[in-house]
Amino acid sequence: MRPFTYDRAEDVTLAARAHTGQGQTDAPVQFLAGGTTLLDLMKLDVLRPDRVVDITPLKARHSEIEVTSAGLRLGALASMASVEDNPEVKRAFPAVAQSMALAASPQLRNMATLGGNVLQRTRCPYYRDPSWAECNKRKPGSGCAAIKGFNRQNAVLGVDDRCIAQYPGDFGVVLAAFGAEVEVAGPGGARRIPFHTLHRPAGQPHLEHSLQPGEVIIAFRIPGGATARRSLYLKVRDRQSYEFAIASAAVGLDLDGGVVKQARIGLGGMAYRPWRAEAAEAALVGKPLTEDSAHAAAEIALRGAVTHGHNDYKPELGRRTLVRALMQAAKMEA
Amino acid sequence: MAYDAGDTANPFGGQPHPRIDGKAKVTGAARYGSDEPVANPAFAYLVTSSIAKGRVTGFQLDAARAVRGYIDILTHENINGEYHTPPPFGGKDGQTTTLESDQVWHDGQIVAVVLAETFEAAREAANKVVVNYAVEAPSATFDSPGTTTEPHKPQSGPDPKKGDAAGAFQGAAVKVDAQYYTPPQHHNPIELFATTCVWDGPHLTVYEGSQFMWGMKNALAKQLQTDPTNIRAVSRFVGGGFGSKGGTRPQTALCAIAARRLNRPVKLVATRDQGFTVATFRAETRQHVKLAASTDGKLVSFFHEGWEVTSRPSGYNVGGVDTTARMYACPNIATAVNVVHADRNTPGFQRAPAETPYMFGLECAMDELAYALAMDPIELRRINDTQVDPVSGLKFSSRSLMQCFDQAAARFGWKNRNPKPASMRDGDWLIGYGCATACYPTNIGPGAARLAITPDGKATIGLAAHEIGTGAYTTVAITVARTLGIPVESVTVNLGDSDLPPIPVAGGSNNAASTSHVAHKVCMEALTKIAAAAVAASDSPFHGADPATLKLEDGALKGPGNRSEPLQKAVGRLGGKLEVYAENIPKGLQPEAMANLYKGMPMMARGSGRKDFTTYAFGAQLVEVRVHERTREVRAPRVVSAFAAGNIINPLTAYSQLMGGAIWGLSAALHEATELDLTHARYMNDNLADYMVPVNADVPSVEIIMVPEHDEGVNPLGVKGIGEIGIVGMNAAVANAVFHATGKRIRDLPIRVEKLL
Ligand SMILES: Cc1cc2nc3c(=O)[nH]c(=O)nc-3n(C[C@H](O)[C@H](O)[C@H](O)COP(=O)(O)OP(=O)(O)OC[C@H]3O[C@@H](n4cnc5c(N)ncnc54)[C@H](O)[C@@H]3O)c2cc1C
Repeated sequence: MRPFTYDRAEDVTLAARAHTGQGQTDAPVQFLAGGTTLLDLMKLDVLRPDRVVDITPLKARHSEIEVTSAGLRLGALASMASVEDNPEVKRAFPAVAQSMALAASPQLRNMATLGGNVLQRTRCPYYRDPSWAECNKRKPGSGCAAIKGFNRQNAVLGVDDRCIAQYPGDFGVVLAAFGAEVEVAGPGGARRIPFHTLHRPAGQPHLEHSLQPGEVIIAFRIPGGATARRSLYLKVRDRQSYEFAIASAAVGLDLDGGVVKQARIGLGGMAYRPWRAEAAEAALVGKPLTEDSAHAAAEIALRGAVTHGHNDYKPELGRRTLVRALMQAAKMEA
Repeated sequence: MAYDAGDTANPFGGQPHPRIDGKAKVTGAARYGSDEPVANPAFAYLVTSSIAKGRVTGFQLDAARAVRGYIDILTHENINGEYHTPPPFGGKDGQTTTLESDQVWHDGQIVAVVLAETFEAAREAANKVVVNYAVEAPSATFDSPGTTTEPHKPQSGPDPKKGDAAGAFQGAAVKVDAQYYTPPQHHNPIELFATTCVWDGPHLTVYEGSQFMWGMKNALAKQLQTDPTNIRAVSRFVGGGFGSKGGTRPQTALCAIAARRLNRPVKLVATRDQGFTVATFRAETRQHVKLAASTDGKLVSFFHEGWEVTSRPSGYNVGGVDTTARMYACPNIATAVNVVHADRNTPGFQRAPAETPYMFGLECAMDELAYALAMDPIELRRINDTQVDPVSGLKFSSRSLMQCFDQAAARFGWKNRNPKPASMRDGDWLIGYGCATACYPTNIGPGAARLAITPDGKATIGLAAHEIGTGAYTTVAITVARTLGIPVESVTVNLGDSDLPPIPVAGGSNNAASTSHVAHKVCMEALTKIAAAAVAASDSPFHGADPATLKLEDGALKGPGNRSEPLQKAVGRLGGKLEVYAENIPKGLQPEAMANLYKGMPMMARGSGRKDFTTYAFGAQLVEVRVHERTREVRAPRVVSAFAAGNIINPLTAYSQLMGGAIWGLSAALHEATELDLTHARYMNDNLADYMVPVNADVPSVEIIMVPEHDEGVNPLGVKGIGEIGIVGMNAAVANAVFHATGKRIRDLPIRVEKLL
């Protein structure tokens, strides 16, 4: 860790004065929420901010959980634990509660906030260890050691030949699947952006997100309805708990007598950024949800996957995970 | 908990006793190496290489030097011959070096030590050191270009061989011929590798978690080129070692040199990731097993060959065929072991170093043979069970393998197993039952101890044994209490200090046997003195009696005819304090074994090296796995293991130790592997988030059965070690269960989702 200046932002206006870099993973000014991503990476000497702006005072105003017929509005400073434990969220939107409950450990979920969660960094081991010379995400233009290296956990969707880092989070997969919106506040005032534009596509791996300098996330809005009620988050991992997904699926179904009226599909453990499989959703609409239609949707969802050796298993596991999730969601009482 | 509380034949009483050091541990009073408060310490932080092969051509230090609190840096350029390579454990092999030269042998090798006023400054400065290298292409592991392979040098005697294994295999009715793989693994003890060094003139005190106090004292003396009497090693508690803290690590001497240069105490804590490369690990193995049997299941041919990765200069290997060849009756035996040199750090002991990987090969092959014979795998082991070591022809001092299988099978419900693969299920989960044999050689070493008994009936014993989490303080206290006839609460135990008499390395599961025998002996010598004084004293009820008829029991000296005298009185007669020093040299070892132990060289009477018996503990491990039919996650809801390991000194800590072993075995089977970048020969998952071990949810039920076994041949107190055996059969038991669940035979560990898709 290197010396840095510590500031506290008592409100959004003060936070917005922080000159966080535009979309950069290694911006010289970083917001500190739960710190479970930021401090880890600072100790590993991966992130080296000059200034850390503690935004936990924003908890007072931006950690509310609202459940309405329109859906959920979740304050960005809410802890993961508070969402997971909320009985209304569990009932109205099981996938959201499950994406929290199945993530990390209870200790981490008590500390970690929703805003920090969606902006957590990749677990790619070449990114997390500065003794590796090659990492386009950490050092633009230096190359990618993972492509030829150990890439069992690396992404197969949305990758290019510059970076195959996997987006590791769980909650983001649900946000992507259900077309959430992000409320941000910044120097230019408040605005809402579609969640799927928050994380940038591959191309410039060192630019992670599309927030403007000084912009702070204050809430997430997730549309509700039938697909939300019949939703689930299925996570496949190497051990029973306290582990990132090697494959996951967030699904929501609106069924009419077994026939799909609307489907929502997000994939985790597979992609460069939170991933929605819209073509697979479309393929299900108007069809009865059966083993066959689920398989067909899964084929479409993993189309275009690019593998690099250790992660050759991912497309098949992704398909199976999605089929399992869809079949399970179809059986839900909703 | 299942232990036999009414086991009256057990000389230790067989009663569970909570750890006498438990409170100190859970309240933080127990001090580990880095906890030792010392005056005005400087802090050292290691700089390790980011390449696996090549040379250090220079350092850029400007940024590091500019860090506030920076003091100095040690590198090969300025160490000036002060540092000497630690002698390899066992004394034979070549070693990789650190600051002796500019050479880089492996990833993460120590190339510099930064010294600063605070830990934070040392870390920051170390992060700012730029090391320039001349890089060469390294060889990572098996099949990497540039590795070299050679037959190993067996530790003791030639590799097991008997009859004509190849010929018998050729003509046999039923055969298995398979290759197995086990991955590299790291110990990851929770206590990091931490050293605190304090000089007082020529005298150095080192506080460091160590599994061998007298080994560290002597090795360090060689490294620093001083007399061992100048060095005191202190390690009262070790926060887990698992073999990693048995040998000498370079950081210890480097810390001592830093402290000498700065003329102040220095603390050095290697980080978790540095721990992967500044210490040892369990190397990956490849194995080729060929078993053949007649149609009735009797083995006719056994062949086992292993390949093990090691560093360039070291011939280190575990050679587990010495054990596997002795497991079952078989007239024809052939074995071989090879080492494969790569650009890696030198491997070393890790819980059941030889047995864990090699029994995986054998016990999977036995399961494959059972299927080839259409026979229950437990029955196959029964048919081939033997009371005679098939290699040497010596009797096992005791072998209760089938008692273990029978008790474990009954508890587990093995009879409910439908032998057909992929035939049992619960909803979407396929169910599999698997089993395997566990075993571990019984080793015992020499030892010395000092005992003091005061007239208030209290005893203090001191010996440089090691509390590595196994409960050593308590087993020693129980032995002393039992032999002197006083309560455990009246015994004070001092361990973990080289100012105390030597005890061998806490390895090879010898600790309980070695320490209990010397503790027993020193107490018996105290009794001899007490008895001699009593029979000579006119005020004693034993005046004129035969001293050999007296014993200590219930706080009194007792003799024939219900005569008795309080211990206080019997001891008080000898003065203010009775002190006894005793050495114990187990049967089969030469007297020089004790002198060698004082020189830091442990000699042991080993399970397969003795003239009278072959001595092993045995066990049976049964596991239920569940595999999801679609996504193929493997979970293990139930483990039942039974062990027969002689007299158990403390059933409470024994249970815990055996359970810990079983959990580690599950971990190795399903989770653990140190991943390598093959191009750069570097470890990738060198932290506890990415180095996968089970969490509580992965081990919902682990049951341990301790099968009573009284073995007078193994050693006088009938103690076999239980430190390591718990892990040994689990790898194969899990793989066999996965086959039963799915019909898919996985021969390389760990068994993860992708292998079952
Ligand atoms: C061992 C371990 C296991 C884990 N397992 C999982 C898992 O299984 N699934 C999973 O999803 N996650 C997992 N995580 C990740 C964890 O969920 C995240 O670290 C956590 O959610 C981050 O939240 P935080 O509040 O601590 O963020 P911080 O560390 O405080 O911040 C993270 C980043 O987000 C920025 N930031 C924070 N809040 C805002 C805001 N409101 N507006 C703008 N920028 C902001 C910060 O500047 C920083 O760059 C794991 C983490 C660890 C350490």
